[in-house]
Amino acid sequence: MSGPSTFVPQSALGRWFESRLPIGGLVHSSFIAYPTPRNLNYFWTFGAILSFMLVAQIITGIVLAMHYTPHVDHAFQSVEHIMRDVNWGWFMRYSHANGASMFFIAVYIHMFRGLYYGSYKAPREVLWILGVVIFLVMMATAFMGYVLPWGQMSFWGATVITNLFSAIPLVGDAITTWLWGGYSVDNPTLNRFFALHYLMPFMLIGVVILHVWALHVSGQNNPTGVEVKNVQRDTLPFTPFATVKDSFALVMFLIFFSWWIFYVPNYLGHADNYIEANPLVTPAHIVPEWYFLPFYAILRAIPSKLGGVIAMFGSIAILAFLPWLDTSKVRSANYRPVYRVFFIVFVLTCIGLGYLGAMPAEGGYVLASRLLTLYYFGFFLVILPLLGLYETTKPLPATIADSVLPQGGAKLQPAE
Amino acid sequence: MANPSTVEPTRRDMLFIATGAVAAVGAGAVAWPLVSQMNPDASTLALASTEVDISAIPEGGSLTVKWRGKPVFVRHRTKKEIDEALATPLAQLPDPQTDAARVKKPEWLVVVGVCTHLGCVPLGAPGSRGEYDGWFCPCHGSHYDTSGRIRKGPAPTNLAVPTYDFLSDTKLRIG
Amino acid sequence: MSELKDMTMKSFKSICLALALAGASITPALAAGAGPSPERQSWTFAGPFGQFDRGQVQRGFKVYREVCAACHSINLMSFRNLAEPGGPEFSQAQVKALAAEYKIKDFDDKGEPVERDGRPADRFPKLFANADAAAATHGAAPPDLSVMAKARSYSRGFPMFVFDAFPGIAYQEHGVDYLVALLNGYTKADDPNWNAYYPGNMIKMANPLSDGQVEYGDGAPQTVVQYARDVSAFLMWTAEPKLEARKRTGLNVMLFLFVFVGLLYFTKKRIWADAH
Repeated sequence: MSGPSTFVPQSALGRWFESRLPIGGLVHSSFIAYPTPRNLNYFWTFGAILSFMLVAQIITGIVLAMHYTPHVDHAFQSVEHIMRDVNWGWFMRYSHANGASMFFIAVYIHMFRGLYYGSYKAPREVLWILGVVIFLVMMATAFMGYVLPWGQMSFWGATVITNLFSAIPLVGDAITTWLWGGYSVDNPTLNRFFALHYLMPFMLIGVVILHVWALHVSGQNNPTGVEVKNVQRDTLPFTPFATVKDSFALVMFLIFFSWWIFYVPNYLGHADNYIEANPLVTPAHIVPEWYFLPFYAILRAIPSKLGGVIAMFGSIAILAFLPWLDTSKVRSANYRPVYRVFFIVFVLTCIGLGYLGAMPAEGGYVLASRLLTLYYFGFFLVILPLLGLYETTKPLPATIADSVLPQGGAKLQPAE
Repeated sequence: MANPSTVEPTRRDMLFIATGAVAAVGAGAVAWPLVSQMNPDASTLALASTEVDISAIPEGGSLTVKWRGKPVFVRHRTKKEIDEALATPLAQLPDPQTDAARVKKPEWLVVVGVCTHLGCVPLGAPGSRGEYDGWFCPCHGSHYDTSGRIRKGPAPTNLAVPTYDFLSDTKLRIG
Repeated sequence: MSELKDMTMKSFKSICLALALAGASITPALAAGAGPSPERQSWTFAGPFGQFDRGQVQRGFKVYREVCAACHSINLMSFRNLAEPGGPEFSQAQVKALAAEYKIKDFDDKGEPVERDGRPADRFPKLFANADAAAATHGAAPPDLSVMAKARSYSRGFPMFVFDAFPGIAYQEHGVDYLVALLNGYTKADDPNWNAYYPGNMIKMANPLSDGQVEYGDGAPQTVVQYARDVSAFLMWTAEPKLEARKRTGLNVMLFLFVFVGLLYFTKKRIWADAH
């Protein structure tokens, strides 16, 4: 959708510079003239919100790194030093810690939006897969970040998650030892996790740039799932339309974010993480951060160590194959009544898995985890491939404009 | 901005200006904690004083103590050194200051041991005190006199005098 | 078209609700065991406008000092903190005098270890060189109390834990309420180590408080119930010394964001007026 830029700077200096480095044209074609479907709803503002969150996390993270000490003897104290003595340190830390959760809330909404409106379908497969990569890197970053305060949950979370790799046949133990740099989670582990936690967000920026690039090649999907047919009628320029809408949504999101930072800053954390790490005592009830709970539930649902690890990683990897698992020609669930029901059940399944991930692995919880895990995989491997072949979809609007513009005769028309 | 075809240009512009102004205020308010966090933290500010026992410093000798991460020279001056400092005419000084303005008790000189040129620590052991019998900075050749005043070389000002108090005849508190 | 929109909105409302639940679904399910839930206390520092009750925190410090400090350090705190805004706010002179009553390990000019009088900048000293030494003395290492009020919690179960995050009914005082309950939980007269609220009920710390043990100068009742509340409030402050500043900043931020979002709403409407 974005062809060669027609942007011409107004000043002579601008034209001189533009002919040598056409950055103005890049910005102009990507964020000003870029055509956005005129029927986008507020679920399409989460891309901008996520970009903001990534930058916010990097800025607060760099600030925290200026005061943090990645050493087992000092890490816990240095975090408390940030909370007590550093100017605005409590604000930086609570913003960063809760920011991780906000980041995941936004990314889950963003992902479910893609799932609902079929945004992963051709020609957006690469865009979607890059999103899965971003999600994976985000998870790794968040996990390592949670280790840094060196509380009990940090330590035991790190121990449990790194032990997942010991499930790999033959080389598992060697890999785990290599990850630790020792025979348990200890100072070398903390140090390398800090280095990687600092590195990965910048890798994220790189993948996000590719993600946005791929987006700007194929253009945005929209609630009807109908492609843009007439740029004049179906789209609006990014600036000011998307810019102001994204800004409004972002500030709404910031109000939500601020509530956590200023009023319930420890709600999403865990009390045990205010106890300094102790390698000799495991807390009675260890759970990962909330955003990992569904995957944790899948891990525990499988009664074999290797099987659980494969299922857990498989539950994320399967997302990358989604564009080919879904056989339906219609993108948006608005026109797929049966899929919609399965989709809502899928969302509830994920939430249910999240709840079960926080519960002890015993009795009825295990059975429930297994049922929901079955649905999770069944949704991708059975429902999506078959549903596309048998579902009767609703008629699509002829164009995007028809779906929103009253003067265009808003009556729904059969697609073809 | 984009749509020139509007009905009420003034009200519309006012709205945009107000929104932009509020956004700018918000950006500024967020920037402040980011800048401020690099200033000394509360624990650093609280550590700003050091107590020194000066009873063991012989006449002509000196002691270097650490204060706020920097060396502070405490020199027990001899009669001759005091007289030299007093006798120097202000006209000869690049940064004119009387000796009396730089000491609380003539026999004790307390200065921050950081050259005012580019921050090296000047030498003050006997034999390496420079041409004016005070301190000599080896980095770029600044000479200080027995009152810690700059006499020769690139340094622009005298060695700084920290705030200090004599808690007793033998106890000094710096900061 | 509007029908379609309605359908979309409806399903998305359910998704939103579901996601909100997921976001909140994270019970800090702490192993307070199957014992009774601590009684919910009313605190001056709870809620969006909460501030510490100076008198209470000052009394709490007295209880800490005369009772708890025999075994428990508050090593993350410095004496100077006691004079800083948002806490007990003792005077500088009081803090100086108090610090001087403590002996701090240091080194003299010649590098010899000495014990000197404390200064406001010093931390409250550790009571033991390390946890092993503490355990050797007491049977179990008495934990440092600096962040204790945030390091303990209890599960309120579904659905209460979801509501605990909601504006207006937010509940953040699990830890401090647990401390109060614990200190009042020695209910078997014949066993000073039996505690109704401690997981497993057998706690190494024998009942530390008794009526009349600490003398208050301000007329507050000198009872275990009052001591427990006061010292818990004090420990909430040591755990979160910036609580007042945080809530005050939060109010300003919220007011600002509401104005900003209002302006943006109208700006957005104005810009989009021609598009739909």
